[in-house]
Amino acid sequence: MLETLLHYLSFPFVRYALIVGVLIALCSSLLGVVLVLKRLSYIGDSLSHIAFGAMAAATALNLSDNLLLVLPVTIVVSILILYSGGRTKIQGDAALAMLSVGSLAVGYMLFNLFPPKGGNVSGDVCTTLFGSTSILTLTKEEVWLSVILSAAVVILFVIFYHRIFSLTFDEDFARATGMRTGLYQLGMAAVVATVISLAMNLVGSLLISALLVFPALSSMRVFHSFKKVVICSAIFGVSAALLGLLVSILVGTPVGATIVAADMAGFFLFGLIGLFKKGRTA
Amino acid sequence: MALLTVQNLSAGYEGKPVASGISFSVSSGDYLTIVGENGSGKTTLMKTVLGLLPPVSGKVELGDGLRKNRIGYVPQQTAGQKGFPASVLEVVLSGCLGKSGLFYSKKEKDLATKQMRRMEILPLQNRAYRELSGGQQKRALLARALCAADSMLLLDEPAAGLDPVVTQEMYEVIQSLNREGVAIVMISHDIQAALIYSKTILHLAEKPLYYGDVFGYKREYFLEGEQHA
Repeated sequence: MLETLLHYLSFPFVRYALIVGVLIALCSSLLGVVLVLKRLSYIGDSLSHIAFGAMAAATALNLSDNLLLVLPVTIVVSILILYSGGRTKIQGDAALAMLSVGSLAVGYMLFNLFPPKGGNVSGDVCTTLFGSTSILTLTKEEVWLSVILSAAVVILFVIFYHRIFSLTFDEDFARATGMRTGLYQLGMAAVVATVISLAMNLVGSLLISALLVFPALSSMRVFHSFKKVVICSAIFGVSAALLGLLVSILVGTPVGATIVAADMAGFFLFGLIGLFKKGRTA
Repeated sequence: MALLTVQNLSAGYEGKPVASGISFSVSSGDYLTIVGENGSGKTTLMKTVLGLLPPVSGKVELGDGLRKNRIGYVPQQTAGQKGFPASVLEVVLSGCLGKSGLFYSKKEKDLATKQMRRMEILPLQNRAYRELSGGQQKRALLARALCAADSMLLLDEPAAGLDPVVTQEMYEVIQSLNREGVAIVMISHDIQAALIYSKTILHLAEKPLYYGDVFGYKREYFLEGEQHA
């Protein structure tokens, strides 16, 4: 088995997939902690549907790099959603449901009206929704872009760690102590959109939420301080992605689904550990 | 020189006043309780004082070394905080953010230790905030607020959700802080407690019904009522 693995690892595209996959999982699991604790997980879900629509449009336009369109569109929508929160006429969650399902429909329509050259429609839709093979077809440029963007996300998260904690725990207090929360929210919206656009490549748009919520929810069951939850979440996310990628390479299962399965297994494991810890202290 | 001066303030949302014609001032050592029914504009007033809402008209001025947006605020618990994974130390330290750079230095950590000792929660510093009792959580939030500013505290219903014994204890903690010179501004439903502990009362019902010392308030609203009864 090790030999097979080493054989696969000798291909550059497999190494690219592993690098990008791990980085995306790292970013998503960090941001996921904030989204879960701020009760904003559904925004990640909606944004991933928006990204699907944008991806379809990019394919229809025959862009050289789909990220050129997906990234800006997702960022703009993300900022609009987080900024207009509570101020819209239509109820927030209903408006989001409308937006995301509309985007899915339009995206599918575009795929059918402007089928990509040489591709088959259902195959492309499946890839965009569930990731399947796109992680293995990354170009060197795409890999570098992913590396740079992920590094930026991690660095920003570390630099502003204490402010992110304060904003997440108690926004009103953070503002009353002089934090410019609007600015941070803007930054957060942009970063979340960036990570989701990148994660489309790894797990496809329907499975992105898993990368965001599973690591955070699992860590919260075991650990009680913000710092430990963040660190554990990062390790959890990276391990699940690595495990999922390796299994899918060896066994040939779809990448995105395998990663999510690894996340789910981890969640139940952590749930059991949490129960055990509780039982011992009680 | 007053720590906080509010002049002819109208507080409200998007240009529509909820409460108006409000003037008061708070100096070092003062203890002001703002009382009133739900919907009387208490919370809106406090948000405006904190700078979370812009004033519809009028002025909020901070003096005596209190920088704008740097007030010791003790909010009510939000729903999101119930299961929030954070240690007591992490919560208290976040009160130092206005003073610190990107990371906390020893100075801020010492300040947090000092305020936790003052609130008698130092032994709890590594415990999970979400597993503390209601009273202990309030003490942690008080310590956090004291890290932000220890000349004046703004408290939003500090007794909400606490049982009677802990409520009593909370009022005594607040009173002892006041005796140490911390000015207290509090929103409360609890008129009985306000009469016992505070020095000044502002009774709000979309406009101020009464503003003055607690003895005058008792005379005007309580003694007369009892005579009629």
